[in-house]
Amino acid sequence: MSGAALRNRALLIAALVLLALPIAAAYLWLVLASFGRGHELTWGIFPTSYTTDNWRFLWDASAAGRDVPSVWLATRNSVVLAVSIMVLDVSLATNAGYVFSRWTFRGRGPLLAFVMVLHAFPSVTLLVSLFIVLLHMGLLDSLWGIVLVKVALQLPFGIFVMKGFFDSVPWESEMSALMDGCTRLGAYRRVILPQVMPGIASIAIFSFLEGWKEFLFVYAFTFDKSSWTLSLYLQSILSRTGGAQYGLLAAVAVFYMLPVVFFFLFAQKQLSRVQLGGVKG
Amino acid sequence: MARRRRIPRLRPWQLLLLPAAVLIALFYLLPAVVNLVLAFSDMDYTFDYHFVGGASLVRPLADPMFGVVLRNTAVYVVTTLTLMNVVAALVLAILTTEVPERVGSVFRVLWLLPRATPSVVYVLMWFFLLDPTDYGLVNRVAGSLGGSNYDLLTSHPWAVVVLMNGCVGASMGMVVFTAAIKSIPPQLIMAARVDGATAWQRIRHVTLPAIAWPVMFVTVYQTLSLLTSYEYILLSTDGGPFYQTEVLSLYVFHNAIADYELGYGAALSIGLMAIGTLVALIYWRVFGLGARSLPARIEVDR
Repeated sequence: MSGAALRNRALLIAALVLLALPIAAAYLWLVLASFGRGHELTWGIFPTSYTTDNWRFLWDASAAGRDVPSVWLATRNSVVLAVSIMVLDVSLATNAGYVFSRWTFRGRGPLLAFVMVLHAFPSVTLLVSLFIVLLHMGLLDSLWGIVLVKVALQLPFGIFVMKGFFDSVPWESEMSALMDGCTRLGAYRRVILPQVMPGIASIAIFSFLEGWKEFLFVYAFTFDKSSWTLSLYLQSILSRTGGAQYGLLAAVAVFYMLPVVFFFLFAQKQLSRVQLGGVKG
Repeated sequence: MARRRRIPRLRPWQLLLLPAAVLIALFYLLPAVVNLVLAFSDMDYTFDYHFVGGASLVRPLADPMFGVVLRNTAVYVVTTLTLMNVVAALVLAILTTEVPERVGSVFRVLWLLPRATPSVVYVLMWFFLLDPTDYGLVNRVAGSLGGSNYDLLTSHPWAVVVLMNGCVGASMGMVVFTAAIKSIPPQLIMAARVDGATAWQRIRHVTLPAIAWPVMFVTVYQTLSLLTSYEYILLSTDGGPFYQTEVLSLYVFHNAIADYELGYGAALSIGLMAIGTLVALIYWRVFGLGARSLPARIEVDR
């Protein structure tokens, strides 16, 4: 490679580093500050002295302030919300995606087009009426209401992604199973499902994280602190203390981020398949 | 036996489709209908339904805030869309594909991180960056350059809101554009090289034309998503200071959920949906989306 090309490449990488620096600095600060003491930083992000005091909220409920519930209750709620959304979304989207991919019935085309319209519809504008619907169903102020709403709003997208995965399974493999005496549902369970496992994994991770990250619906549809998830737990400390307790806030944030980081590092491939709203590159 | 016969027997596909259909009907379609019904009422915190005709629907016209909110929405969508979701995304996609893939992919993953981060955590990091005391990174850097302490969240709320949303939004364009750039036939790039094109000429005449369609797609998709995304604004400026960053979707939230003006909130929601539909139709006409998007990936009935 010529000297000019090398210099160009170095310039490009320098530009990329410059663009990525604020993001990297912010995440690095988050981790460091969770172990930092006081309000002094060297080099803009490194605490001057270190402590585990910020993490006391894990075993001492009063460390996070008197007006928040125990972090373990919030964690439990977050797990319940995320896992329920994941299980429901995966099972319903998989079955529906299979039907749209493999069965012929009257109204299939229009129904599929309708699912696509629902996917494009800005569902967050339904927040107001969802409030009333949940109120009348007795599901307001309950995590189950949020589970059902989240799943319903995410389903069109999940159905579409799963249909795409089912479409790529060759008919021949299903045919041979039918020849061998499988019923259609038997072939679905034993032959087709194993071949769309990557799709199921993608939807599972995606919907788990969507539930884990959810803030708006929990904020709008629950009132009792016993229904708080980690997002509300963190938000309430943030709005109460402002910047006065960055150490505590960073520690809670890191704790909250753990599953996100895990999936982000180890399931990047599955995640990127669906992360951007069904954009298949 | 006779009684069992009367239960309609569902075909297997109906059984598999039913749960999804029920859930979508109850928690997606029903709310859409309820929204329409609510918009014709003046429901407030008492939750009593009074039919008031189109009173709530025309109320925005008499609402002094509505014009401000509409202008804010336009500023927010147009600025974030052009500067961040398209231009910054394009820069990131071109830069990361011009360097070796192993290096480029690291930077792309880093830029995807904000999208995977819970909104509250993301906003917390921005509070650190922008902290008006010496603790904040921006002020630390500004201080070492001889500046004084800035409270950017108050003095430049728009810059903050656009950057905050844009750093998440840019990653979508980045991924889409990267995929498009990677699918350019290598012969084309080779030919440009052989012809002695400079890097800039190559980008201008080979790369950019190849991603015209993805740019349109991202523009449409991100306009609609920006119109309805207000979570970061809610958590950072909450529309302030003094309604400076109050966008329409946030205004719906404030009216309906914070002030329990449910009827008016539902009417404003319908306005938001109407604007979204209008924008989508305009794009459809301008970009000729129908002709372009139909051949690919759309179902062919068996």
